[in-house]
Amino acid sequence: MKEPDNGHRHLLSVTQLDRGRIYDLLDSARSFSEVLSRPVKKVPALRGKTVANLFMEPSTRTRMSFELAAKRLSADVVNFSSGGSSISKGETLKDTGKTIVAMGVDAVVIRHKSAGVPLALTGWADCSVINAGDGMHEHPTQALLDLYTMREHFGKLEGLKVAIAGDVDHSRVARSNVHALKRVGADVLLVGPWSLMPVEMEELGVGITGSMDEALNWCDVMYLLRVQLERVRGSRFPSLQEYARRYGLTTSRWSGLQKKPLVMHPGPINRGVEIASEIADEVEVIIANQVSAGVAVRMAVLYDLLGGDNG
Amino acid sequence: MDSGILIKNGNILRFSKGKEQKADILIVDGIIRRIDRGIEGGSHRIIDAQDCIVAPGLVDMHTHLREPGMEHKEDIGTGSRAAVAGGFTAVFCMPNTAPCIDNRSVAEYVFDRGKEEGLCMVLPHGALTLGQKGEALASIGDMNACRAHVHGFSDDGNPVSDSEVMRRAMEYARTIGVLVISHAEEKALSEGGQINEGYYSTLLGLQGIPAEAEEIQVFRDIALAEKTGASLHVAHVSTAGSVRLLREAKKRGVPVTCEVTPHHLSLNDSMMVQYDTNLKMNPPLRSEKDVQAVLEGLADGTIDVIATDHAPHAAHEKEVEFDLAPFGVIGLETCLPVVLSSVVAEGVLKMGDAIRRLSAAPAEIMNMSRWGYVAGVEEGIAANLVIFNPDIEWTVDPGLLSSRSKNTPYRGARLKGKVLFTIYRGNVVLEDGGGTPAGNDGGLDMDRVAGPVHGEEKQKA
Repeated sequence: MKEPDNGHRHLLSVTQLDRGRIYDLLDSARSFSEVLSRPVKKVPALRGKTVANLFMEPSTRTRMSFELAAKRLSADVVNFSSGGSSISKGETLKDTGKTIVAMGVDAVVIRHKSAGVPLALTGWADCSVINAGDGMHEHPTQALLDLYTMREHFGKLEGLKVAIAGDVDHSRVARSNVHALKRVGADVLLVGPWSLMPVEMEELGVGITGSMDEALNWCDVMYLLRVQLERVRGSRFPSLQEYARRYGLTTSRWSGLQKKPLVMHPGPINRGVEIASEIADEVEVIIANQVSAGVAVRMAVLYDLLGGDNG
Repeated sequence: MDSGILIKNGNILRFSKGKEQKADILIVDGIIRRIDRGIEGGSHRIIDAQDCIVAPGLVDMHTHLREPGMEHKEDIGTGSRAAVAGGFTAVFCMPNTAPCIDNRSVAEYVFDRGKEEGLCMVLPHGALTLGQKGEALASIGDMNACRAHVHGFSDDGNPVSDSEVMRRAMEYARTIGVLVISHAEEKALSEGGQINEGYYSTLLGLQGIPAEAEEIQVFRDIALAEKTGASLHVAHVSTAGSVRLLREAKKRGVPVTCEVTPHHLSLNDSMMVQYDTNLKMNPPLRSEKDVQAVLEGLADGTIDVIATDHAPHAAHEKEVEFDLAPFGVIGLETCLPVVLSSVVAEGVLKMGDAIRRLSAAPAEIMNMSRWGYVAGVEEGIAANLVIFNPDIEWTVDPGLLSSRSKNTPYRGARLKGKVLFTIYRGNVVLEDGGGTPAGNDGGLDMDRVAGPVHGEEKQKA
């Protein structure tokens, strides 16, 4: 993707990052993670900067994670949450952008249910824009924190075998992760029925299988996606029961594994659907680590875009 | 003899002659009186057409002029000005107005408004079913018999999904002797879709509109035309599969014709990566493979007509989330230059063939002989002409277009070929390329776009 040019730096899509920049961000996140383990978890890196969290779609963890990240960097934070679109209030997206300019913020962190909104905003808002999830498009900071977690766990990313299972079609997390993992040289296998796969996904250099057992025997990381029932239009699979049996991480599958992969999940979990409740409890630690890594990774991103000479 | 217009030194595109012929054209009383070399000036107004092609006025069988009901997007006045700025002397407009053109009153209103503007012929298509709801047939016979003589019937963007209704509509249309125009889209497959389904819909996380949504209905409507014997015209063909189905149907002798838009001939879905809502239209920009297939369909004659699907939307309607923006792009003023750049310059069609698909072919399909309208340059016929320079390059500046809306997919594009004069019934309705960027190719000025308004009555007077 071509970076839009409004004189500011943005994080809109993982496709704008190369391998080197991904590793720089992960290294930087590791330093910030050290800051987060101190008694006083705060550095003055972004003092005087203002970050606006514009969440036009419900979100708890991502919004809190960004808010904490900005505050740990001593930036001022304003939060704006709203359901629906700008149009439902009779305002165009362009006017929303112009309103933000008038507030004089340095960065907007935006979550929106429509794909492409963060990119569109760069044309109308005179500040940095960070994509915190746009429709089915991307969620770049989620992918960065997932890579961070995998790297901390395995010590490397290159050659890592990562299976991503479930509703890939509706998942911005899957798209961002595929881009990020391919860029750092990991192998990716998508798991699920064809009715949940986006068309021509193979073009991104990933394998696709309908067999959860095959994937479990192959992978180092089993990344489970949440079935996004609220986004599914029409019938994509027969029932949650059949889904759980065929594509879920069931106790019988788990107990039969010789070598257990690292299980990851972006949350929130549908217990008993993509993962059996017992296994969810067992791997809870990893999921919690993912959440705490999120703050460090978002600090790295904010610092990269707003800190130093870039401000 | 009244003083007329003398077009000097143009390369005249006469379908009867096969190739362009350097000669002068004398127009008196709205009629082409003489075509010859070295006609003397006399008291006639002289238009110097040196280096230009003089061709039949273009005919667009697919536009949306938005009047009545959506005049903030376009009206018949601004739409007519956009038409003549693009070299068109006749345009057909789709019935999705408010109220919808599904009865003689609205059809006659549109027709009368076109005459009142007087810049080009404005002829309405009628809805196939009442309110374009796909249930009860609209008054097809009354609309055909009224003074607008509606010949094309279409539910356009709300295609008839009930195959039984479509079958009966075709049978009825056959009886009246009118054309059924199909916007082929199986809504069950396309619902919620934003761009072509493929690699780019996956990459951008936008719901796709699969090629099969179009092809399934193209197939259905071909089957129904074959069964009923009704004349069918398939609008804006955009996929390789549709071209294949139409090629086979024509080979079997099914009474079917079809059109393609300039944007489906020149743009593809890789251009969607900027989420530009001015590239959002229906059918969507397809893959490069589909673009090549429609170009082939045009080259081998499967595709009869080039039509714009000119669909104006106000800026504030497009400056929203991608999935909330309306479908549609304007096209009247960029059509000929895009065809010259992407079809003629690329060797897909010769100049004469390209102009035929933009004039004589749609005129014939739309039965324009009933209006005495002949798309040609011959002595004794009404002077409906376009004069264009095929070599002038210009950059599309939406702000300088005549259409009320500026939602062009060619913003900033460098196009080759420029319409300089449009003559409708012997009146110069576009002067010297009016409305083009000042300083770019001749210092022209927006206020000169429209030219005088000549109604039929005034002309007689």
